Amino acid sequence: MKKTSVPIYGTKEQTQALLDWLEENREMPGVALPALQKAQEIYGYVPREVQQIIADFLNKPLTEIYGVATFYSQFNLEPKGRNRISVCLGTACYIKGSNRIYQLLQEKLGVEDGGCTADGRFSLDACRCLGCCGMAPVMMVNDDVYGNLTGEELDAILAKYQ
Amino acid sequence: MKNVNVNTVDMVNIKINGIACRAPAGSTILDAAHSAGIAIPTLCYLKELNSIGACRMCVVEVKGVKNLVASCVYPIAEGMEIWTNTERVQSSRRTNLKLILSIHNQTCLTCNRSGVCELQRLCREYGVDNQMAFEGEKIDYQPDESAVHMVRDNSKCIMCRRCEAVCSLAQGVSCIGSSGRGFATHIGPSFDAPLNTTQCIHCGQCIIACPTGALYEKDNTSEVWNAINSPDKYVIVQTAPSVRAGLGEMFSLPLGTNVEGKMVAALRRMGFDGVFDTDFAADLTIMEEASEFLRRVQDGGSLPLITSCCPGWVKFCETFFPDFIPNLSTCKSPQQMFGAMAKTYYAQKLGIDPQKLFVVSVMPCTAKKFEITREDECGAGAGIPDVDVALTTRELGAMIRRAGLLFEELPEEEFDSALGIATGAGHIFGASGGVMEAALRTAAELLTGKELKSVEFTEVRGAHGIKEATYEIAGREIRVCALSGTQNARRVLEDIRSGKRRYDFIEIMACPGGCVNGGGQPLQPSVVRNFRSVSAVRARALYQEDSNMPLRKSHLNPLIREVYQSFLEKPGSETAHHLLHTTYVNRSGQP
Repeated sequence: MKKTSVPIYGTKEQTQALLDWLEENREMPGVALPALQKAQEIYGYVPREVQQIIADFLNKPLTEIYGVATFYSQFNLEPKGRNRISVCLGTACYIKGSNRIYQLLQEKLGVEDGGCTADGRFSLDACRCLGCCGMAPVMMVNDDVYGNLTGEELDAILAKYQ
Repeated sequence: MKNVNVNTVDMVNIKINGIACRAPAGSTILDAAHSAGIAIPTLCYLKELNSIGACRMCVVEVKGVKNLVASCVYPIAEGMEIWTNTERVQSSRRTNLKLILSIHNQTCLTCNRSGVCELQRLCREYGVDNQMAFEGEKIDYQPDESAVHMVRDNSKCIMCRRCEAVCSLAQGVSCIGSSGRGFATHIGPSFDAPLNTTQCIHCGQCIIACPTGALYEKDNTSEVWNAINSPDKYVIVQTAPSVRAGLGEMFSLPLGTNVEGKMVAALRRMGFDGVFDTDFAADLTIMEEASEFLRRVQDGGSLPLITSCCPGWVKFCETFFPDFIPNLSTCKSPQQMFGAMAKTYYAQKLGIDPQKLFVVSVMPCTAKKFEITREDECGAGAGIPDVDVALTTRELGAMIRRAGLLFEELPEEEFDSALGIATGAGHIFGASGGVMEAALRTAAELLTGKELKSVEFTEVRGAHGIKEATYEIAGREIRVCALSGTQNARRVLEDIRSGKRRYDFIEIMACPGGCVNGGGQPLQPSVVRNFRSVSAVRARALYQEDSNMPLRKSHLNPLIREVYQSFLEKPGSETAHHLLHTTYVNRSGQP
């Protein structure tokens, strides 16, 4: 489960916003799910510390909150970086070697699949088909698309993003 | 509890396998079939705890319903016609068993559950012999051996969720739950943390709820064999009251058979140098605890006084209700008191070095394996634990088999008298309400100085979760409560916090029904647990033994008198405090 070593980067204001929402909605039936959605909206992800806040406030065991958070794929338990990299592992890109690109990025950034660098600069995910198979293998950094990757250009691309 | 009168309940007419029968309206097909003498196999169903219709083993055909229905959750209705064992039903059950096997780590030859595994039994019954009927992906789960009392091995898990249900609903702990989705769904602590870093209270209720070999106690039997075989160790053993009420089940004796005599004979033949009864220490606990109670009543100490015999409950209190730590009796549990007395009083009497004395305990409990590792449980000096190894009833059963003893053929023998004399009060410690009753017998006589007319406090007996009573003792009203199952403890303690309930003395046992239903007791499959109160039947054996005893009050135990006269002086003395009392830790910060 351990993918990054980033400490939770939450602010007092974020925590207060979550507590205010919980206070307002504590009576809502099945409140755990919307609470997690709200928390993700506030923090960008739902790490252990945030799930614990929800569990404590609702007087529910952490296992229950964690069960919901891991059931739905919409929840990120890992933080996302300032710059989000998605590498396409769809059929066309995969055949053209995108898996090697993905491996290279994991090595360069020192993170696993779905992880985030300790400085919060990059997070890395795999995705399926970005709709430009003619440029395979393809990856995106934030809103920028990079195609026809060989692996040699990766350092130059990463250097553009701080 | 009122008895349900069948005449006042609406009965409906149904047909099961072509035979007409009547059953109470609203009952499930499973229950109705059982009362008509028909067994339906189940894997995930646990009465009152887990009715999720997930395993699909209990499917049956109902006339007019297109699909097979899960009988554990399907209520009967007037005129319903049910078939529980058609070829279609059997074929469906077989397919489900094959699917379970396709992702099951089938190391049955070496599995701790082999022979008592519910999955194995069903596969045999249904003739499922092709282990890999469906081959495909498997997840490589590694066993979690981090905890001192048990192992979790998800490679044997069938996702019935009985452990999860027990942990949350009966115990109010919820240290394990399901996470993930679809094929990746699995049971475990949140964030897949090792079990020893969680709020687990070590009660082992998950183990006795598990139908397969996914959950089992840590095996400490080899440490005991090594000690027995080591010439410079003097190895003694103590057995808790509930062990004698359960052990026989491992040798095919009927539920609720008291096997004290044969158990003692077996232990002696296995090579223990002394075979003793924890019940002696239970009497000692009562002396200390009853005196502590009287002191708190007279001097205005923290009330209610709450018993501390149960290490599962103690950890629950430390973790979830640290504000009640001052209410916990400072008395060590009988297991620990026994060890402390053995390594001081008894070692002196024998004239041997306490370092060479090896104390083994046999307990119906997995939390006792944790208790022996607690700090402040070394009465004979730092580095000399009161108890060296705590075994479960199941481990003792396995050792008796290993020793090649024909249990049923053994003679009935008696405990060694040096630390083996106990009263009826000590025996009933194993049942919920027993510690309370034993303490009341002694407290009442110490307080009034008069002999009790009746020694039976029946209001606190029985398998109900929460039992209350008020007794007038020496002109003072004493409000007592005996409860079992830590979810019930949660309810009662929250009520005490909010002022809804008030008591002077509370007995809490973590396992529902008390130690007789402990997490270390022999396994009873759900086909038994769902239709019989295992704890009530086992408890009956202990109350029976108590009622046959000439001595039924701890303070009349001649050995206890001797020990106080020659060694401890009086309850609560400095020596007693050093040896027999302990301290607690606030664990509320633990995740």
